[in-house]
Amino acid sequence: MTQHAAIEVSHLSIGYRPSPRADLLNVVHDVSFSLEAGQTLSLVGQSGSGKSTIAQAVAGLLPANGAIAGGHVRLAGTDVTRYSDKQWRGLRGSTIGYVPQDPLSSLDPLQRVGTQLAQALRVHRVVPRSEIPAKVVQLLEHVGIRDAAQRARAFPHELSGGQQQRVLIASAIAANPSILIADEPTSALDVTVQRTILDLLGEFQEELGLAILFITHDLALAKDRSDTVAVLNHGELKEYGNAAAVLAHPQDPYTVRLLSDAPALSPDKYEQRHRPIVIGGVPAVEVTDLTKTFGRATALDAVSLRVEPGSIHALVGESGSGKTTLARIVAGLTGFDSGSVLLEGRELEPRPPVTNHHARQLQLVYQNPLAAVDPRYTVASIIEEPLLIHGVGDRAARRASVEQILEKVALPTSVLTRKAREISGGQRQRVAVARALVLAPRVLVLDEPTSALDVTVQAQIIDLLLELQSQEGLSYLFISHDLSLVRQIADDVTVLQQGRVVDSRPVLDVFTNPLDPYTVELLDAIPGRAIARSVA
Amino acid sequence: MSTDIAGLNDLAAVPTIRERLARLSASEYLALGFVGLLIVATVAPQLLAPYGPLDPDEANVLVAPSLAHPFGTDYLGRDLLSRVIYGTSRTFFGSAVAVVIGLGAGTLLGLLAANFGGWVDAVISRIIDVLLSIPGLLLAMMIVVSLGFGSLNAAIAVGVSSVAMFTRVMRSEVLAVKNLPFVEVSHHLGARRAAVLLKHVLPNSYTAVLSLTALQFGSAILWISALSFLGYGAPPPQPEWGLLVSEGRDYIVSSPWLVLLPGLVITLAVVAISKVSQIVKERFSR
Repeated sequence: MTQHAAIEVSHLSIGYRPSPRADLLNVVHDVSFSLEAGQTLSLVGQSGSGKSTIAQAVAGLLPANGAIAGGHVRLAGTDVTRYSDKQWRGLRGSTIGYVPQDPLSSLDPLQRVGTQLAQALRVHRVVPRSEIPAKVVQLLEHVGIRDAAQRARAFPHELSGGQQQRVLIASAIAANPSILIADEPTSALDVTVQRTILDLLGEFQEELGLAILFITHDLALAKDRSDTVAVLNHGELKEYGNAAAVLAHPQDPYTVRLLSDAPALSPDKYEQRHRPIVIGGVPAVEVTDLTKTFGRATALDAVSLRVEPGSIHALVGESGSGKTTLARIVAGLTGFDSGSVLLEGRELEPRPPVTNHHARQLQLVYQNPLAAVDPRYTVASIIEEPLLIHGVGDRAARRASVEQILEKVALPTSVLTRKAREISGGQRQRVAVARALVLAPRVLVLDEPTSALDVTVQAQIIDLLLELQSQEGLSYLFISHDLSLVRQIADDVTVLQQGRVVDSRPVLDVFTNPLDPYTVELLDAIPGRAIARSVA
Repeated sequence: MSTDIAGLNDLAAVPTIRERLARLSASEYLALGFVGLLIVATVAPQLLAPYGPLDPDEANVLVAPSLAHPFGTDYLGRDLLSRVIYGTSRTFFGSAVAVVIGLGAGTLLGLLAANFGGWVDAVISRIIDVLLSIPGLLLAMMIVVSLGFGSLNAAIAVGVSSVAMFTRVMRSEVLAVKNLPFVEVSHHLGARRAAVLLKHVLPNSYTAVLSLTALQFGSAILWISALSFLGYGAPPPQPEWGLLVSEGRDYIVSSPWLVLLPGLVITLAVVAISKVSQIVKERFSR
């Protein structure tokens, strides 16, 4: 079509002003890349790596306190580096489409999705006014929404996450752009939905010759879905080139580390750890025919599973499968209707009291450590609280226990006087683990303990959890939606689908020989699965 | 994108008190300064007042504001500025009593209602609804009439009539906080309900109530002045703000400053205190 690249970024530096009069503080340094029509470029990096900032600069969406400090951005040969808001308005939609990360908060909750799509069409005068309703239905059909004419009258909350993202894609392509910027478009979605959305983007790319700038933290996804990758760290371009080549033979130490930390790309990282303890003895947790309903909805339907002592038992399933409900029941936070839950042979009450009597046997580690600690407490008092509650030791003894556990979770004593919001996300999760372990429980229920963390921090927390598990002989019930991670660390896995157990076997058996069609579907949707198979 | 923002928050240092003060605007400094002045007038009025509050000066009766008497003098020749300054402590003490009553009872009732729910919540909430349906000043007048006149009784009346608002705010805060994960964690760790309530729920719901306290202190000044103006509060010759306005009423045509200047001070005090409460709420809470 044109001899110009769709996006050409040369020596780009971007900065933010911490306060209106301050100097620009650069967060992106001298980044160059280019993207041709019909190709996909992935910007890969962790939080704070500058990948979203670059995407915003390319789309002209930098916040008011951000500015391009140097270099150029060219879209289809036109230099847009110094474009005003008004000039950008002419490009948005017609040249650049943008697919945001969180579909629900990107749609107006009070307007029907059809109306919102119609607005996009009206603004860009894609079709005459009289044809807009027909075009809306056509667009919705195009993005794979069934009963499009009827669904156009739905409000955003009436659609599933995947459908919401489809609507946003429809609105992004409504005015036939040549460039699509997708900022973590699937990180809020389940793995099977993620796959269908990415497939959809791929189809549009072929059909419309779109250039896609894909922002992700997931290396396996980048490998599966892009032609070129650009790896960013602290705002600097670490590696840039053909996706397959870069990820097969990484040159930069940072890329090497990212690859080894990504569970999907190193499935056998913890292989020597599997099955450290012989089966037998009283199961750590034994759930039999457990049923739980919320009103008319059945959350769990005759669920049974056994967590062998000293093992890691993973619980996987998509959102709404009941895995968190099961975790909460085992932790004694939620009651159940029928069946039984045995914790090291002792039966849990179907209607648990507010005050937990099994705190010294079992502890729960929450998904979001920041929400799970009192914002007014220092780290020292957070970790000391369980000891105080149970009247363990005097002041000096408690202080000693806190310092001892802090060493176990590899935190410096300097964090003791800080509050949770003053330490990093990884450190917070370490504090949460320390608090759970200070009473020396035998069983930990881990509810997605790493899903809020960057891949490298996740790898560190997983290392820590595995080390503690073998040192203390703990049993873990590990809830996760990340099947690659489960494949890496778990001994057994239970797959939940809509409250029913569809598979519950040793993890390698399930992964190499899945029996249930749902399990097969889940496994096939894992990004980077093809690589994992070829390595295995 | 949201993860990136969270990452930036991790790096943002918590500003020190000095940095927070440096960001204040001129009007906010004025408000802080005026409140500071009021505090000095409460604690040590003799430092600010040029004359004694009760010293008559028959040679200078009903003098207009001048350098010698910045606020003028009243019908006995007493210096109005000194009376206003000495009156600060009485008015502030009354407001403090009122706020402590409102805060104490409101916090307790709100905590009980939100925490226990069910019929406890139903009974407390309906009583609060009834109290809120009666205009505050009217309620305070009813109470002070049944208790008897006097500055302490006026303060109690104002306090009781503000209980409803504190209860409402406290109840809604506790309802929000008691379902947060860290409260559940504490139960999960084996803590008893009362301990969790005192150690986690109460401290974390208190911020909003405390900022309401400063605001309520301002309105308490207004209400207590109103009660004194009507003659339900401190008896003459005490220098009390509302009473000063009331006494000046007889001379409003010949000596309007007797009404205007104390009234201006009351207005400024209420405005400055609510401004300070806003500063505290916005800049110094999380």
